Amino acid sequence: MYHARLWSVRHARLLEAFYQCFEKVLIRLHPLFERIGYQRLEQPVAATEKVVKGFLFDCRMCGRCVLSNTGMSCPMNCPKNMRNGPCGGVRPDGFCEVKPDMRCVWVEAWTGSQRMREGAAIESVQIQLDWRLQNSSAWLRVAREKGEQRAGSL
Amino acid sequence: MTFNDEPPERGTPLSIRPGHSSPGRLERVLRAGNFAVTAELSPPDSADPEEVYARARVFDGFVDAMNATDGAGANCHMSSVGVCALLSRVGYSTVLQVSCRDRNRIAIQGDVLGAAAMGVASILCLTGDGVQAGDEPEAKPVFDFDSVSLLRAVRIMRDESRLLTGRKLATPPRVFIGAAANPFVPPHDYQVLKLNKKIAAGAQFIQTQYCFDAPRLNEFMREVRALDLHKQVFILVGVGVLSSAQAARWIRNHVPGVHIPDAVIERLERASNPQDEGKQISIEIIREIRDIEGVAGIHVMAYHQEHTIAEIIERTDVLEGRVCWFPECDATQACLSASAK
Ligand code: SF4
Repeated sequence: MYHARLWSVRHARLLEAFYQCFEKVLIRLHPLFERIGYQRLEQPVAATEKVVKGFLFDCRMCGRCVLSNTGMSCPMNCPKNMRNGPCGGVRPDGFCEVKPDMRCVWVEAWTGSQRMREGAAIESVQIQLDWRLQNSSAWLRVAREKGEQRAGSL
Repeated sequence: MTFNDEPPERGTPLSIRPGHSSPGRLERVLRAGNFAVTAELSPPDSADPEEVYARARVFDGFVDAMNATDGAGANCHMSSVGVCALLSRVGYSTVLQVSCRDRNRIAIQGDVLGAAAMGVASILCLTGDGVQAGDEPEAKPVFDFDSVSLLRAVRIMRDESRLLTGRKLATPPRVFIGAAANPFVPPHDYQVLKLNKKIAAGAQFIQTQYCFDAPRLNEFMREVRALDLHKQVFILVGVGVLSSAQAARWIRNHVPGVHIPDAVIERLERASNPQDEGKQISIEIIREIRDIEGVAGIHVMAYHQEHTIAEIIERTDVLEGRVCWFPECDATQACLSASAK
């Protein structure tokens, strides 16, 4: 949903606040998730994530979500899969080099990040994607990785 | 210009000076504080090495390094690795352009090793134009890396002597790492941050997209200086030569990311001799660029206008009397007398 996607960027601040709470809950749930088994949760959670984020962001389920670093504009909608900022081909009107009918994902990302409290996260370097993670749940990955970290530091 | 430690045999590498990353002439020229000139060499549609040498000779004496493009505009030509290997063989200093469009991480890391082994000392990490820009729009775009993750990968290979997987390299690629910047397209206020990101990822020199809009460049360089980025990276500004108003319009509409102000096109339109006017425009822009604080050189991309470069460089005197190294250089007095620091 292209229009929902643009809406999400306009409301990046709100979504950021929501996600920050949501992430805290996810991390707290880590022990529970572990008891149920991440394996068993994977399919239903991934399916839910796909529907929700698919609607809001045109999420492509890359498995390593960076929306907090990209002004709530999903970089996987960029035809070049740019995860670190726009390519050099952005059109003068801010539309995409490859798809002239689509606003450049990174022009959107930049405006979205300006609205966010922690928008400066757009400046951090993203490493190349692990393509094996595609279609898996980024939410569960965050719960597990940050949950384990938290357990380790307690 | 020659260095005091020129290798006895042409085509063998110079030594790597303390504090330098590569044995390349480009890095040396820049670190010595000279205003550098690089030029784009467009690889031929041919398997004949002589074609590559003929294209290189046009620049003899006027450029510090030549960039071999990698499927520029998403059109197939001789590979940049092939071109650079041929040129390095006779001692030319090359910049290997690597685009993320056609190869994945396995292929690219392998090419970086191969190219370094053949004498390539500088690598320019690019995202690359989309396949839609070229004559094979039906091709599968790869984009496994983007320019920033590619920069980081090459830096890791060089500085940590390993592949991304962690597998050790017996000898790392000793390369001077470059990236592109385009100050002339939106989102304008993000461009300097993107530059900063590229520096963080490993960029040591920058070659920008064509500059036909000096005020915009000035603004960008002001932002660069405010963050002190010009002290962390050598910035070479891209310049082109327009041959007519039609050509300018075609480039503007067909080459992704090129910004040519209307005023420039109108000037070409009004001119009685557009060829000369095109040269004149380039000369004026180069003079302006040269005087901007923080600019380390120019990168000339004069597709189909390569023959005009010598005259333009001479008339702007950006080399300040320097004669850049070329294979027959040692035979000419000029080259020796201008030998470097
Ligand atoms: S213009 Fe923007 S969306 Fe289009 S390919 Fe470039 S970075 Fe991606």
